[in-house]
Amino acid sequence: MSKPLKQIHLAAHFPGVNNTTVWSDPKAGSHIEFSSFAHFARTAERAKFDFLFLAEGLRLREQGGAIYDLDVVGRPDTFTVLAALAAVTDRLGLTGTINSTFNEPYEVARQFASLDHLSGGRAAWNVVTSWDAFTGENFRRGGFLPQDERYSRAQEFLATATELFDSWQGDEIVADPATGTFLGDAKAGAFVHEGHHFDIHGRFNVPRSPQGRPVIFQAGDSDEGREFAASSADAIFSRYAQLEAGQAFYTDVKSRLAKYGRRSDQLLILPAASFVLGDTDAEAQEIAKDVRRRQVSGATALKHLEFVWNRDLSSYDPEGPLPDVDPVVGEQHISRGRAQVRMYRDPLAVAREWRELAQANNWSIRDLVIETGNRQNFVGTPETVARTIDEYVQADASDGFILVPHITPTGLDEFADKVVPLLQEKGVFRTEYEGTTLRDHLGLALPDSRPRSSGGIPVDETAGERAAS
Amino acid sequence: MSSTPLSPLHLAVALDGTGWHPASWREPVARPQELFTAGYWADLVAEAERGLLDFVTLEDGLGPQSSHLLDPDDRTDQVRGRLDAVLVASRVAPLTRHIGLVPTAVTTHTEPFHISKAIATLDYVSTGRAGLRVQITARPSDADHFGRRTIPRIDDYHGPVVTELFDEAADYVEVVRRLWDSWEDDAEIRDVATGRFIDRDKLHYIDFEGRHFSVKGPSITPRPPQGQPVVAALAHATVPYRLVARAADVGFVTPHDTDQARAIVAEIRAEQQAAGRAAEPLHVFGDLVVLLDDDPAEAAARRDRLDTLAGEAYTSDARIFTGTPAQLADLLQELAQAGLTGFRLRPAVAGHDLPAITRGLVPELQRRGVFRHAYEADTLRGLLGLSRPANRYAAA
Repeated sequence: MSKPLKQIHLAAHFPGVNNTTVWSDPKAGSHIEFSSFAHFARTAERAKFDFLFLAEGLRLREQGGAIYDLDVVGRPDTFTVLAALAAVTDRLGLTGTINSTFNEPYEVARQFASLDHLSGGRAAWNVVTSWDAFTGENFRRGGFLPQDERYSRAQEFLATATELFDSWQGDEIVADPATGTFLGDAKAGAFVHEGHHFDIHGRFNVPRSPQGRPVIFQAGDSDEGREFAASSADAIFSRYAQLEAGQAFYTDVKSRLAKYGRRSDQLLILPAASFVLGDTDAEAQEIAKDVRRRQVSGATALKHLEFVWNRDLSSYDPEGPLPDVDPVVGEQHISRGRAQVRMYRDPLAVAREWRELAQANNWSIRDLVIETGNRQNFVGTPETVARTIDEYVQADASDGFILVPHITPTGLDEFADKVVPLLQEKGVFRTEYEGTTLRDHLGLALPDSRPRSSGGIPVDETAGERAAS
Repeated sequence: MSSTPLSPLHLAVALDGTGWHPASWREPVARPQELFTAGYWADLVAEAERGLLDFVTLEDGLGPQSSHLLDPDDRTDQVRGRLDAVLVASRVAPLTRHIGLVPTAVTTHTEPFHISKAIATLDYVSTGRAGLRVQITARPSDADHFGRRTIPRIDDYHGPVVTELFDEAADYVEVVRRLWDSWEDDAEIRDVATGRFIDRDKLHYIDFEGRHFSVKGPSITPRPPQGQPVVAALAHATVPYRLVARAADVGFVTPHDTDQARAIVAEIRAEQQAAGRAAEPLHVFGDLVVLLDDDPAEAAARRDRLDTLAGEAYTSDARIFTGTPAQLADLLQELAQAGLTGFRLRPAVAGHDLPAITRGLVPELQRRGVFRHAYEADTLRGLLGLSRPANRYAAA
């Protein structure tokens, strides 16, 4: 007996402030004007996507002591732009990345509950953590959080916000003019949370929203991050869009669910993925190669090499060989406000490996950065791309993809027009929205409003610390 | 009759739940079940825009509404709960074209960095119609919702604790404003030849260091369309008058007669001069709660009926006007003579008194030649006669 076909989930990532986004393209529009966001969201909704995704960064990136100027710089406030997008869309989910370090649960819970009300049940929260004092310089608290506490704060932040969401059961607003009863329960919204990171109590002032709670996303890849997702998230924004790596991640994370009393379909794995379409596969490959060269200018190549070398390489020729000098190893990093640099845990080894690669292939600095950088995940004709996406999902490399176009705001149009109909023909992607809320689109049940009874969210704040140890 | 030409009045409405009277939700027009839907707010703001009003304000708070000054109550007979005001404003922005949107933000427990970019973004999604009304909270119960500091209990809003909270609010507005200017207008250059997206010399650290917080900057959001969205505050005493005079574009004040209006305006203008801002335009709006009907007896009877339902006579910091649109127009013109440049009207029942403003008061003021017949500008600053300010960080 063959397995029933999995339905694919698709989402649209608004092009970000990194070199994936090709702002130099003549077609590239504003990354700030609302018209760009509205176009992008309407395209995603026309294509029946599950949701739109916004990333966040709370301090402009710097390199070598100056604001990084080679990529798109600047973005709007996440909540505010999502609330406005709720006015120009009807069904599309609205996912915002919101930091659990430089916010407080009461405020964030109000904002997500408000967004969920104002969108008729379409809000989702990608919970991220950070600890860096660099970002902290923009906030009251500064860089207050030790790195090893960031997941325990995130875990407790989410648990606390969940208690706030659940402090209203959903039936309190009686509003009966005849009897004069507005609230059916005088204690609506009452909460008490006493924990390591938060000690708060009082009354939450937003009644229960259509989805009960926003859909919860998690994006970290570390062991603690995966455990956090398995215990508390509805979906993971992952980085493994390749077949084998995706399958390994999928198996690993889904196997962690049982110990939290959760089923495998209660956590969706949705990797970020880029794509390039062409009339033939060969043409698409050519376009993809051209896009990669435009994503990595000579100046960008030098800056990316500095992520590893951790020193000023501006005197090098990007079309020339790699530096002979070794990376600077130390706590201080030339690049600040960028998660990516932490990937290079052993810069000396990476530098050695890259020099060998460059010598063996006769690559310049720019060639090397292009070749070792991320390739587009799906390249080919619409048929090739639709088939590959379907194969990956059916092979449990993911439950769908969060697509990252490289052009703002029209980069999704061609995918919507050409690839989505093919997925619909295969019977693996919806032709109409079946429900009105994001939970409906993702096949997630409404959470029980009685905290601690659903088994999904561990409110024991030591869970995160256990996972971290 | 005065022979001097009449200067036009500015009109705003303050939206709060089903209206400012605590029994307003029991009126047949009130729609209390829809208070937490976008459609409810969209309809109210559309009505205000139909009346060519300058802007709406949206009330907010970091705790439930209460009949007590400082503490929560356990009442079940009044509206409790509300949506985040910035997000309500943003949700209705794409549905409107001209009216200004001025949500309330509490400065006491929130981050100026977050609010600055939120209002800048509201300015983008509304293409230049955003404002920010700042408010403090001295409620210990609100502080308990954050658990970050303790606010000492106060007896009234006149002691050092409140002064301190207003000092913090002044710093907050300073940070918000510096962040709005932290990108020069032409910082985004998209120079393909050099590969530079921005000219980083046109981005600025704000390096604010104050007693309550330090903020480095620059903002993550480019300078908003208006340059500086409109900042407003409600004020009842010298300390908040000083905040208005130093930091705001619009002050809301609560005189109960023309003498009080004249005295308040004089105090604010003196503070404005002392702050070195005498040359800058600063609006002083009078706040009034309004119950409007075509027959004054009808309005009075409605107020009685609402008070009976509430179980007590409604009182307010602002004067409560009960009467006809023409009588209200008389009062507004009289108060304007005392130096008020506009009014923020608080409809007692939003579903009744807002349409009475837009369809009764506004035509009356238009007949008298003191209110616009069409929107004359595309931005809130434009409607208020405020020019787009130069950037404080731009080289002269």
